[in-house]
Amino acid sequence: MKAKVHVMLKKGVLDPQGEAVRHALGALGFSGVEGVRVGKEIELELAESDPARAEEMVREMCEKLLANTVIETYRVEIEP
Amino acid sequence: MKAAVIVFPGSNCDRDLADAFERASGRRPAMVWHKETEIPAGTDIVGIPGGFSFGDYLRCGAIAARSPIARAIVDFARRGGMVIGICNGFQVLTETGLLPGALMRNAGLKFICRTEPLIVETTDSPFTRNYARGEEIRIPIAHHDGNYQVSEAELAALRDADRIAFTYAHNPNGSVGSIAGVLSENRRVLGMMPHPERRVDPAQGGTDGLRLFTSIVDALAPA
Repeated sequence: MKAKVHVMLKKGVLDPQGEAVRHALGALGFSGVEGVRVGKEIELELAESDPARAEEMVREMCEKLLANTVIETYRVEIEP
Repeated sequence: MKAAVIVFPGSNCDRDLADAFERASGRRPAMVWHKETEIPAGTDIVGIPGGFSFGDYLRCGAIAARSPIARAIVDFARRGGMVIGICNGFQVLTETGLLPGALMRNAGLKFICRTEPLIVETTDSPFTRNYARGEEIRIPIAHHDGNYQVSEAELAALRDADRIAFTYAHNPNGSVGSIAGVLSENRRVLGMMPHPERRVDPAQGGTDGLRLFTSIVDALAPA
């Protein structure tokens, strides 16, 4: 079973990388880009075959390591 | 004073930190590899050095904060043990939860390596007792992710409890409140981005960092 974790900075936390990307897009002539946030995606291959148990486990992984919940939020996607 | 310096794969300030402890105390610290599960018996202070532990993968300090020795460091600190984390060590301490907040990419996105003036904000700690409150000292910084962030409520709490140890005179990285170093609630854990171990010998361009290490020695000495 595969799982994907999307990690993003919390709303309200300034994202310097997103800002730099936004400026670069403007320099390339893309006008009207009002905001850019840069996050990351983590793909996991799991031996677990039960989606509910897999999600529970991945959420625990997020809380303990994959995300820093002081500044980041995460979203878990289980792929059948 | 018996110090222990933690060594992770990718630590690169471990020997400088050990030298600074030895210069202040006359005693060579124990070097403790990250796979160890215990802090050496009788250790007075644990030093977590700068560097790029585990290649800064995932987040700076994130993997190191889940290593076997990190668990022992957390237990040691919870028992009242003294811990100092410098640069990457500060990042490790926030990732373990021993210190609040997080260190994000510098606001200007650049790696900054230069000597910065710092303000000593409190002398009420075993790390800063040999400085004067409000004193300006010059200590090098060398980091890409030193932009300290805490919520407004936490910032107010840190200020109310006099837990901000150092601030930057000229905020180089976007840190909230220009914070360069913070103390734990019991004031026995310090995390700071600047490198005091790089200013302990006149040949390094100054000795403003040495008093941090002599503070620790004096704090531990019987009255």
